[in-house]
Amino acid sequence: MESSFIIGKFILAACVFGLSLFVAMYSTYFERKIAAFLQDRLGPNRAGPFGILQPLADGVKMFMKEEITPIVSNKWLFIFGPSLAMLTALMTGAVIPWAPTYVNGDTYFPLQVADINIGVLYLFGVVSIGVYGIMIGGWASNNKYSLMGALRASSQMISYELAMGLSIIALVMMTGTLSVREIASQQIGWHWNVLYQPLACLIFIICAFAETNRAPFDLPECETELVGGYHTEYSSMKLGFYLFAEYINMFISSAVISTLFFGGYNFPLIYNYVTDPFWVSVVGFAVMMSKTLFFIFLFMWVRWTLPRFRYDQLMHLGWKVLIPLSIINIVLTGIGMWLTDKI
Amino acid sequence: MQLTNRSKVVVKKEMTLMERLYLPAILAGMWITIKHFLRKKATINYPEVKRPIAQVYRGMHVLKRDEKGAERCTACGLCAVACPAEAITMIAEERKAGEENLYREEKYAATYEINMLRCIFCGDCEEACPKEAIFLTDRIVPSEFLRNDFVYGKDKLVESVSQRVDVSVRQTKEVANFKKDNKQQHNINDLKQFFKNALIKH
Ligand code: SF4
Ligand code: SF4
Repeated sequence: MESSFIIGKFILAACVFGLSLFVAMYSTYFERKIAAFLQDRLGPNRAGPFGILQPLADGVKMFMKEEITPIVSNKWLFIFGPSLAMLTALMTGAVIPWAPTYVNGDTYFPLQVADINIGVLYLFGVVSIGVYGIMIGGWASNNKYSLMGALRASSQMISYELAMGLSIIALVMMTGTLSVREIASQQIGWHWNVLYQPLACLIFIICAFAETNRAPFDLPECETELVGGYHTEYSSMKLGFYLFAEYINMFISSAVISTLFFGGYNFPLIYNYVTDPFWVSVVGFAVMMSKTLFFIFLFMWVRWTLPRFRYDQLMHLGWKVLIPLSIINIVLTGIGMWLTDKI
Repeated sequence: MQLTNRSKVVVKKEMTLMERLYLPAILAGMWITIKHFLRKKATINYPEVKRPIAQVYRGMHVLKRDEKGAERCTACGLCAVACPAEAITMIAEERKAGEENLYREEKYAATYEINMLRCIFCGDCEEACPKEAIFLTDRIVPSEFLRNDFVYGKDKLVESVSQRVDVSVRQTKEVANFKKDNKQQHNINDLKQFFKNALIKH
């Protein structure tokens, strides 16, 4: 491997890192703006024009806050929890193809940090480690509310991960690959997977909401019952890390949804007009980002529309509705493939 | 045991398949919220934009000076008597020789305090004042951190000689006539009440 390739990868990794942080930062701003707009308010508009500097102000505020570590807590785990949450949130961005592979004569550079052939599995693995951040934090706080929140988070994640994985199996059966880049490049033009696998897509989106602990599945941190859930005892930037990790997760989930089901960087007809390899990558990235941002908007839109589920309803939905549905979907996919002579 | 025949049997209706799918209801809800997205916002950007208020809005008080700059208040105490919230207190003092340019009448209020937390901005003080000394204005009482800061003394209430507070909208001829009209029931009653109270006290 040439050194330029490695350097390129490093730069790309740094870019993805920065992008995740930047998008997460501005998600907090847009979350508040969208919430306000949906409720006929104006939202933050004091820091800079339209309040555009609000995330910076929030960040400074977070750092300046008094940092409290409860005496009864387990110091190391208490710090480890938010760090792990943040770490895993940032790791997931590695396998997402942000733009079509840059091909110019002999130069070949995939705009994806790591093109591993089991990308989908990697995503699932890292996401399920993410729950440890919440669990450890909740456990280390030595607080009943935190522990309840952590318990809820872990059982919720386990239940929904099953349905999520099963919904992906149908997709994997159809595409015949576990590589995220392959899946993205197969959906060229209008061949978006959502058109072939609408049910899987729906299940996946619902599970993504649950996985990121967003409303209507935000039971681990529901204020009405658990004060703050797993982050009750957290303050200052440690709390900031948890909240930030949630936003990064939301960003990555949106990116994954758009890659797996909505064509990723593909958009019909666009490559008939754009042929210059540089612009192909730029346009691909723009398409990918706009899809991702739309799903972030969807996340927020749903959050400010739907009330929270009750815990038994959540479990009911996960185990008795989504899992059977995704199994049925697998069977249907199999039958469909058999009928169309794909196997 | 049946006590009345007004009781109703509640039926827990089974949800139809459509309702149990939740998705139509969710989409309907999202449609409602997105309609609000583009609506005109109810927020008023306060310090820059102010809510329109009536011309005779009753806000923070002002103690007026006369044309020559002398304080009009004579510490008669009628405002304090009229005040339903008992927000006004004052200490009267006799005017010394040479203070004619400061105080219009021979007696004046050495201290005059309104507790803005007690005040209900009813405007009765303004109505009671025989000297046209106290008026409510369209200024808003600002928020403070301490309760004590809401007790406004003369330093905050008396208008400055150079920057007069315009109360002409409240000081119309009709208002003045109405105030001075002794045939008006409210004036007679107030006077009666005032003397009665004074008699009881002494
Ligand atoms: S406005 Fe009413 S409550 Fe306030 S000081 Fe005057 S009389 Fe009292
Ligand atoms: S403000 Fe008017 S009513 Fe009150 S004490 Fe002064 S003169 Fe009398």
